Amino acid sequence: MIDFEKIRSSFPILDVKVNDNKLVYFDNAATTQTPTQVTNSIRNYFNKQNSNIHRGVHHLSNISTEDFEQSRKKVKEFIGAEKEEEIVFTRGTTDSINLVATSYQKFLKNGDEILISEMEHHSNIVPWQLCAEKTGAKLKVVSVTKEGEIDMDHLEKLLNEKTKILSITHISNTLGTINPISEITKLARKYDTKVFIDGAQAIAHQKVNVTELDVDFYCFSAHKLYGPTGVGVLYGKEEILEKLPPYQGGGEMIELVTFEKTTYAKLPSKFEAGTPNISGVIALGKAIEFIEEINLDLIFEYEDMLLNHYNEKSNKIEYYEPFGTSLNKSAIASFNLKKVHHYDIGVLLDNMGIAVRTGHHCTQPLHKKFNLAGTIRASFGIYNTKSEIDYFFDCLSKAYKMLY
Amino acid sequence: MTSVEKIQNEIVEELSLFTDWIEKYEYLIGLGKDEIDFDKKFMKDEFLINGCQSKVWLYAKQNNSKVTFHAYSDAIMTKGIIALLIKVFSNQSPDDIINSKLDFIDKIGLKSHLSATRANGLMSMIKQIKIYAIGFKEKNG
Repeated sequence: MIDFEKIRSSFPILDVKVNDNKLVYFDNAATTQTPTQVTNSIRNYFNKQNSNIHRGVHHLSNISTEDFEQSRKKVKEFIGAEKEEEIVFTRGTTDSINLVATSYQKFLKNGDEILISEMEHHSNIVPWQLCAEKTGAKLKVVSVTKEGEIDMDHLEKLLNEKTKILSITHISNTLGTINPISEITKLARKYDTKVFIDGAQAIAHQKVNVTELDVDFYCFSAHKLYGPTGVGVLYGKEEILEKLPPYQGGGEMIELVTFEKTTYAKLPSKFEAGTPNISGVIALGKAIEFIEEINLDLIFEYEDMLLNHYNEKSNKIEYYEPFGTSLNKSAIASFNLKKVHHYDIGVLLDNMGIAVRTGHHCTQPLHKKFNLAGTIRASFGIYNTKSEIDYFFDCLSKAYKMLY
Repeated sequence: MTSVEKIQNEIVEELSLFTDWIEKYEYLIGLGKDEIDFDKKFMKDEFLINGCQSKVWLYAKQNNSKVTFHAYSDAIMTKGIIALLIKVFSNQSPDDIINSKLDFIDKIGLKSHLSATRANGLMSMIKQIKIYAIGFKEKNG
């Protein structure tokens, strides 16, 4: 059972008033709020242990290094990786994708293929476009069905011995669709295709086990996991990370530097050039503790209940047009209201205290395919309630009446 | 007081009559629904001011010494605010437009609509209005 009062009380931001209304925060797919367990950890770090890690012999450096590496261990266990060497700390999901899309160029040549899907976030499109431009590889795109699912037949058709990398989102940030990663990986295994999964929208909403999923890479951001911004994780299978060249040069990632030649540090330091976001990484560990204490299976169940409640309500609205109607969905609902601009709805909801995202949610190609200028997106987190959803629909109908 | 300032003051006065935001927004939505003097042949990319979310098309004409502006948006709220901007800037001389300060938006509590995150193209629209005025001024010598 989820101790709901305790959870809500960990998020003082939920008491913020917007235009004299209680804040209803439905923009969790953009960023989740941060519980006091996490913010306290950041304050504690700067008040009691701020120092650089992996270098000093002094007390502060030692405890910070220990906490930092403890976070790595927590991440490893949290996602079911086999080794800590497989966990690289980055600036976020986008940074993680850029790392692989850049370092992997070494293994790509003219005529190779990179496979992504139509539902990808711009962050999982543009780095691969850059990679393709540099290497001469071709970017191929898997179609999305009208329900908002990966067209598996098309995926199977596009996969071939030239496909070197397949990069797909675990959960669509716009459609909410949960993609069948194991099934996709099995198809990719027929060839020597490496599988990269963008887990930004999945990591806080369902249990993820990278070993069971059998993926080669998996990445996510701390700030979508009730942690701070500016920190992310790249998981990569050890044997692949070993072969990849470094992404950036600098401190921490070296073994020995001379002006003639530099040898690189072992994993994961090889990919962690420069002083990292130490307080952020430690806070990410606290965020994982926070999540695990609640239990991700219960979180999934709870958010699924919220989504069902939402769908029951939205199904009754004749002018409601959902975007993404897969039966296998995470708690993300994108939509439009007939004959009304998404921006107008967003502005009016904002005045009623409701935070939603409006626009293209960084998936312009997906919106374009379905001829949409934009949508309104409500996305839920662990602190949201059924009564907030009820309030949301009251406000939505009020806004619609004002506009139409 | 220039005519631009006078019109701004009138708008502030008119909107101050509303006691809550709903009335104010309903007024703007009303303005946004009104028929406007906009020739749809200008609804093409070269007249588009791209915001991230709502689009604004803008063109200007010169009648004698005055400039008139014509604009359209796909979002009603944006169109309502556009109507106010046009009320302020249309039929003014290039000099008055160039030198004008636009403080009425803040005074009527709509400043957030001009912020970067709103990304509705209004800020760029104001810039473009001034650019048109500068252009006409130069043309007139």
